[in-house]
Amino acid sequence: MKQIAGLLVALLLLAGAGIVLADNPLTINGAGASFPYPIYSKWFDDYHKKNSNNQINYQSIGSGGGIKQVTEGTVDFGASDGPMNDDQLKAFRDKHGFDILHFPTVLGADVPAYNIPGVSAELTFTSDAIAGIFLGKITKWNDPAIAGANKGVNLPGNDIVVVHRSDGSGTSYIWTDYLSKVSDEWKNKVGKGTSVNWPVGLGGKGNEGVAGLVKQTPNSFGYVELIYAIQNNMPYGKVKNASGNVVKADLASVTAAAAGAAKDMPADFRVSITNAPGKNAYPISSFTWLLIPEKFSDAAKRDAIKGFINWMLVDGQNEVEALSYAKLPKEVVAKEKQALAKVQ
Amino acid sequence: MATTTTTAPGAGPFAGSRSFISKLRDGDEIARLITFLFAASVVLVTVLLVYELWVESALPRHKFGLHFLITKVWDPNLDQFGALPFIYGTLVTAAVSLLLAVPLGIGAAIFLAELAPAQISDILEFFIDLLAAVPSVIYGLLGVFIVIPLMREYIQPGLKNTLGFLPFFQGPTYGVGFLTAGIVLAIMVIPYIISVSREVLLSVPRDQREAALALGATRWESTWKVVVPFARTGIMGSIFLALARALGETMAVTMVIGNTPTISASLFSPGYSIAAVIANEFTEATGDVYLQSLIELGLVLFLLTFILNGLARLLIVATSQRGSGVGQA
Repeated sequence: MKQIAGLLVALLLLAGAGIVLADNPLTINGAGASFPYPIYSKWFDDYHKKNSNNQINYQSIGSGGGIKQVTEGTVDFGASDGPMNDDQLKAFRDKHGFDILHFPTVLGADVPAYNIPGVSAELTFTSDAIAGIFLGKITKWNDPAIAGANKGVNLPGNDIVVVHRSDGSGTSYIWTDYLSKVSDEWKNKVGKGTSVNWPVGLGGKGNEGVAGLVKQTPNSFGYVELIYAIQNNMPYGKVKNASGNVVKADLASVTAAAAGAAKDMPADFRVSITNAPGKNAYPISSFTWLLIPEKFSDAAKRDAIKGFINWMLVDGQNEVEALSYAKLPKEVVAKEKQALAKVQ
Repeated sequence: MATTTTTAPGAGPFAGSRSFISKLRDGDEIARLITFLFAASVVLVTVLLVYELWVESALPRHKFGLHFLITKVWDPNLDQFGALPFIYGTLVTAAVSLLLAVPLGIGAAIFLAELAPAQISDILEFFIDLLAAVPSVIYGLLGVFIVIPLMREYIQPGLKNTLGFLPFFQGPTYGVGFLTAGIVLAIMVIPYIISVSREVLLSVPRDQREAALALGATRWESTWKVVVPFARTGIMGSIFLALARALGETMAVTMVIGNTPTISASLFSPGYSIAAVIANEFTEATGDVYLQSLIELGLVLFLLTFILNGLARLLIVATSQRGSGVGQA
């Protein structure tokens, strides 16, 4: 019995020494959007390597969950693919007595995907065509609204099978935000959101679910996240932007959309860049945001988070294209650095 | 050491009785207490579950009342929520799956228990148990890559051409939909029906068969008229286990049902089920009414399962009385 007790004491002492030696890194918890999770986890990992006394944990539980948890104060920061609305901001202020700030990190985009047997050409879609198809008003592939933008392509008279996301997602938010801007009917009838009451179509779970349905179903039309399309070598269509140019989504045209919006960027960064002006702007693009409380009671946490954002805006941006995310335009980076001073 | 900790929670009702402590020494009382606590925990968990679902769905219950159950609109932007298409989808897919799985499953169980040589029966039973343990996402993938293309290319057009006059087999053929979900669910629940039914059939006493055979019944007559009726309650039990799984299945269903809240007589139509919509929309549900409506859907699913199970019990009681009558005659 004495021997066991002695062993236990020795173990406890060793464990105590271990804790002291490890210097107890500061742990910061975040939760939210799953779309930027690959780049976030790489960023947090790289940042930890440079600053071993900070450890940032991130759970990709979805934008809605991120907003909810940061409002409830169970995590230090949130992340979302759609900006918080006024009600949500008010809820945060009522609970904490100060505001929450949005910091754009990277950009994403949605691309139209389709599967028409016998058509291998890269199709171009106008905003009217996309809205008409998703409203269920354009039902045939050879409708003039589609054929008009694709002269020389022999489109069949088959019924279009619309495919959308069935799970709530930032990807759907971007798509419906775009449709709300280009079609008043969509705005009044359906609106924007991570989940909406779709007028027509089949639902697929996740990007892979939509991509699978589009690949399998003849005459289908859907939308997937640009990164998903790039990484899986999926063909996708071009879109006519607000300036009347036909643009194919890629990292440069998505960044161009953000640059077009940067001039009129509101101070709180809650801006939608769908249907953005700019010659080369890809119109179905969006920021994704970190949600950072304005005040921290723990100064060490505040400095660590501010340090991370500063690093993310400069060094971190060089890592994003390797993972197929579009990086922030310079104008936005400069504005964010100024805004960071508000975090106290 | 062990006795003091385990008696502590149960000591309350029997406090003050000294003989109780001496009884504990026998072990019987301890076993009774421990097993009672385990059994009670099941009831407790169920009660807590309903309580949580009830409390957490207060907003939509007050806002929509019973209209929640009969409204078709599900619109997060307008904060309008109705469960009807999801209830419909859940019931239709479960019904289709049982319609397919019950005859197949019971037929297979009869073969394995009564007709097949014991070795073959045991080998097949091994595979059936294996099937029952396959995760549902695997069945979902099977549905996506095999059942959906088969449905779209062959089965749905075939049904449309032959039975297209029926309202069940009309409309466009996407491959996904109620029928596809029902078929995938049937594949998933058949192992349950076979496995449980086979055990029940095997446990029918030998005298029953021998008596039937001695009275001049053929092998099939003794199986169908004596053994199966004798095992009826257990077979019913296997069907209700299958029904419970079909009602609550989430992953495989959402991968093949089309995820569109529709109410249509056509089994080709895409639909939606309660479990699938909860799984799809819960993580991104931001508004309070929206989130609580999803929780209320969970409550509806629980009640649905509860009611169907209750009906099942009644059915068992009714048929087992009739069954015993047949046995006496």
